[in-house]
Parts: sequence; structure tokens; C-alpha cells
Amino acid sequence: MHSSPETGTAVPRSPMAAPRSFVWSRRIFLTLLTAFVLLPVYVMVSSSLKPLEDVSSEFRWMPSGLTIRPYFDIWETVPLAKYFVNSLIVAGAATVCSVIIAIFAAYAVSRYRFRGKRLFTVSVLSTQMFPGILFLLPLFLIFVNIGNTTGVALFGSRGGLILTYLTFSLPFSIWMLIGYFDSVPRELDEAALVDGCGPLKALFRVVVPAAIPGIVAVAVYAFMTAWGEVLFASVMTNDTTRTLAVGLQGYSTQNDVYWNQIMAASLVVSVPVVAGFLLLQRYLVTGLTAGAVK
Amino acid sequence: MNTTAVPATGEPAVRKNSPGAARGTRRPGRARRTALPYLLLLPALLLEILIHLLPIVIGVAMSFKELTQFYLRDWGAAPWRGLDNFRFAVDFDTPAGESLLKSFTTTCLFTVLSVGLCWLLGTAAAVFMQETFKGRGFLRALFLVPYALPVYAAVITWSFMFQRDNGLINHVLHDQLGLTDSPSFWLIGDNSFWALLIVSVWKGWPFAFLIIMAGLQNIPKELYEAGALDGAGMWQQIRKITLPSLRSVNQVLVLVLFLWTFNDFNTPFVLFGKSAPEAADLISIHIYQSSFATWNFGAGAAMSVLLLLFLLLVTGVHLFFTSRGRKATDA
Repeated sequence: MHSSPETGTAVPRSPMAAPRSFVWSRRIFLTLLTAFVLLPVYVMVSSSLKPLEDVSSEFRWMPSGLTIRPYFDIWETVPLAKYFVNSLIVAGAATVCSVIIAIFAAYAVSRYRFRGKRLFTVSVLSTQMFPGILFLLPLFLIFVNIGNTTGVALFGSRGGLILTYLTFSLPFSIWMLIGYFDSVPRELDEAALVDGCGPLKALFRVVVPAAIPGIVAVAVYAFMTAWGEVLFASVMTNDTTRTLAVGLQGYSTQNDVYWNQIMAASLVVSVPVVAGFLLLQRYLVTGLTAGAVK
Repeated sequence: MNTTAVPATGEPAVRKNSPGAARGTRRPGRARRTALPYLLLLPALLLEILIHLLPIVIGVAMSFKELTQFYLRDWGAAPWRGLDNFRFAVDFDTPAGESLLKSFTTTCLFTVLSVGLCWLLGTAAAVFMQETFKGRGFLRALFLVPYALPVYAAVITWSFMFQRDNGLINHVLHDQLGLTDSPSFWLIGDNSFWALLIVSVWKGWPFAFLIIMAGLQNIPKELYEAGALDGAGMWQQIRKITLPSLRSVNQVLVLVLFLWTFNDFNTPFVLFGKSAPEAADLISIHIYQSSFATWNFGAGAAMSVLLLLFLLLVTGVHLFFTSRGRKATDA
């Protein structure tokens, strides 16, 4: 069963009113959980508005004086703008490629019967199991060797990172889109085929528009994966291609840790993803439901 | 892209015997149709082979070689060493093997606790929020924030909170509540395990929440109505209807959480930097360190392969028992 896009509405558990014990447990539990979730967010926001003395000495809940200086300093202390652009390019390109490739693959699995279909889906999903550390050195060697033999510089370049990230998000994206495409009635694209559309035209004119929520969900997931990855970013980038994941470590020098600037920078790099995620979370929940419930 | 130009290369990309094939292949008019799915899969397949499959094959090969820094430029020339790397890794009498075993048990304990707590918080929150109440939509968005935040931004904030002299945690525990005699170290020593666990749960539970919320929507309303008719109260409905209905969702969720937590590299790496304290030395960090600190990549590869075998085993056992359980309930 696939949920409707109306994921926001609740499924009422029972016609009767909730008993007091339930309401009180809910209040207490959700209050504590909210505090747990919000604590770091509060620290991040408040510390980013504190002068350096405040964050270097004993923690204080309230800043001794508010300042927005850290928000100007973060661009000077490290080349944050450059890291930002690098992250945007890498995550953006990885997302676009991952979504397009996943659409093709999911369409094939959802609409065609062919040899090796089960092998494909199982092996793609099983890659989720592999520890990233296992890939790190071999991938490094592959990229260096490709660079030496063909002259295509993958190691240290954005291209190598894009390839890596898009492949990381691909399995889950394909899996989620298969579920979504399956929920699009077959009759729709069959009608388009009868009308003389080629299979690809049917895919992009009929199936893709009908599966927009799933595609948005996959795009959000792919972007978040690429934006937040640390391990490969720290090994496979150099000074010019460094992304935010590594660049943020630049705020601690040997003598000083600019915690207010770190918090300000963390906030700045989080805003695009968190805002995008919260705007699109409805689609993500729907996409997950379609994929997970099969 | 043009569909009419279908090179034959797309065809043999996947070849494995699977039952129920050989349809439509004989009719020449449908030849294009049968090549098309492979062509659609081709980009995904090529990437999976280049970025996932090939590195694993190379990684396994590396684990049988003496791959130290002398051979890094031309790793093919590194001498084969058979099972030496594996023997080195699991020789628990040596410091290297001993620390690997320690790291493995730490990771196991950490994973069990983290997955358990993530699941518990996620389930409780989802069940409590099954029905509408004022502010439900807002809370749901709020709860997803830890999941949406980039790992490094969130974890770096936690590392600030755990600072000994200027962190929030010590300020509350020591200065305000007076629970400790002196400010504790959270990012070194034994406490680091708990620090890592808290961060991991904070970061991980919203995913469980998300999945269980999705799962709850597929419980038929009639079940609750029938339960209410039978006089089951709300707590009883949760215990007798909601939780059992989530079983198949839970099976997938717990497996995914387990694999992600066990392999987690980002959280400890950002929290502790390159050298994790012994108490929080998760296996991924341990392999990373022992590869790059000693430049003995062969041994690192052997540890990775052992890790993969362990994960395969756990996944296999999990799938065996869950699918058997499913059959038993179907019958």
C-alpha cells in the first residue's frame, strides 16, 4: 500500500478521547525530547552571537553582549566562500547526476522484466552494507591510476568527489524511486506508448511528472549525503577543491579556537540544507513510505 | 537521448541466470525493447562497478599483499603475503591485534546501545504523535532538524558543548548542579564513550522516527476501531495493535541502523579529530588510523575485509531469522 501525498494528516488511533495518563506522558516525553533536540541548536545560535571572550571562558547561557562580528569574521579567517562554492558544485552536480541515473535505473526495474533484475536490485542494496573505510584506499588508487594512464585527474578534483558521492546516494535513490514508480499506474505510460511515444518520452512526459514527490525526496537525500560527507572529502580534496566538511576545521589554530566563528560558520553552512529539508520534508516522508512499505 | 540508436553493448551488462526469463527475446520486432532496460541500467551499473565493486575487489586483493609505503606508487608490485595480514590483525597477543579486538567490542557495545536508544526514542515519539494535537506539525519538523543538519556542523557543536573548560555540559553538571567535584574531561578518557553515544543518538533517532511515522500510516484504521469496540484502552491499543503491526518495518529499520552505526566514521572523526580516545575507538576510525599512522595498508585492508565479513554474517543471520519468522506468521 502506498500512502497518498497527504502524509501530514494523522491516522486517528481510536474514536475515543485519549486518557489523562496518555496525555501527560506525551507532554512530558515530548518536552524532554524537544529540549534534547534543541540544546545544540541553542548553543550554535547563541554562541555565534557572542564575543570571543565569552566562548573562551566558562560557558554562559546568556551572552554578555551580542555581536554579529563572527558572521563577518568567518569569511576572513578561512576562505569559507571558496569552500561553500566547492560544496555547492560538488553536492549540486552529484545530486543532478544521481537523480537522472536513478530515474533511468528505477524505470527499467519498475517497468520491464529482464534477466538479472533481481540480482541488480539485491546487489545495489547490499552496497549499503559496505564500510566506507573499505573503499577509501582502493578508490584512491583507482583514481590515481586513471589519472596516470588517461590524464583525467580524478584525485583531488571535484570530478572525483562528484563521482564518489553520486554513487553513494545511488542505491538508496534507486530503491526509493522503484517504490515510487510502482505506485504510478502502468496504464498511464502504456497509454502514452500506444499514442506513439517512445519509452523515454513516456518516462519523462508521464511517469516522471507523476512521481515528482519521490524525485524531490531522492534529490534531497542525495544533496544531504554529498553536503555532509567527511571521510572522502578529507582525503580526496586539495587546497583548491576543499569542501565545507573539511574547511570548517580551519577555525582552530594552534593557539586559539574561534568557537564563536565555528558556530557561526556551522549555522551558515547548515541553513541551506535544513531550510531545503524542512520545506521538502513532506515529500521525503512520502517517498520513504512508498519505498519502505513494499 | 535517442532510443533508436541502441548499441548491442548494453545487452550483456548483466548476465546471471534468473528464473522466468526468455520472454519476447525471440521475436525480432521486440529486440529493441529487451535491450532498453539494460541500456537504462547502464550508467548506474558502470558507476556501481567503478566506485563500489572494483574497489572491493582491489581491497580484498590488497589484504593479501604486503602493502607498505614502499609499494604505494605501484601497488601491483607489492609482494603477496597470503594470510599474513589477517594473522597479524587477529593475533590478539600482539598490541595491534589486542587493540583491534578492543575496538571491535567497543563498537559492538556502542552500536547496540545507540541503535536501541534511537529505536526507542523514535518509536515513542512516533506513537505519541500518531494523533493530531496542537503543534504536532511544528514538532515533527523540529525533530527532523538533527537529521537534516550536516554531520560536521552538528557534531562540532556537540564537541564545543563537551569542552572541559568552556563547554555547556560541564557548566551544568559542575557549576550549576555541583554533581562532579571537578570539571570532567568528555572528549578524552572513559567518558568519551558516553559523549559519542549521546551525539550518535541525537543524530540518529530522527531517522527511526521518520521511518516509524511512515510505518504507522499503513496500519488499517479498522484494527483500532475493532480494538476500541472490544474495550481496549489507549495504552492497550498501543501494546496490542500498534507495536505488533510495526514488526516488519522494525526489522528493516534495525538492520539499516545497525549497519550505519557500526560503520559510522563521520561522528567520531569530527568529535575527536584524527585520534579517537581508546574508550571511543570505533572500528572505522581504528582501521583509518592503523592504515595511515603506520602506512601499513595491507593490514588495514585485511581489517576492512574482516569487518565486511562480520557485517555479511550479521546481515545474513538477520535476514534468515526475519524471513523465517515471516513465513511462520504467514502459515
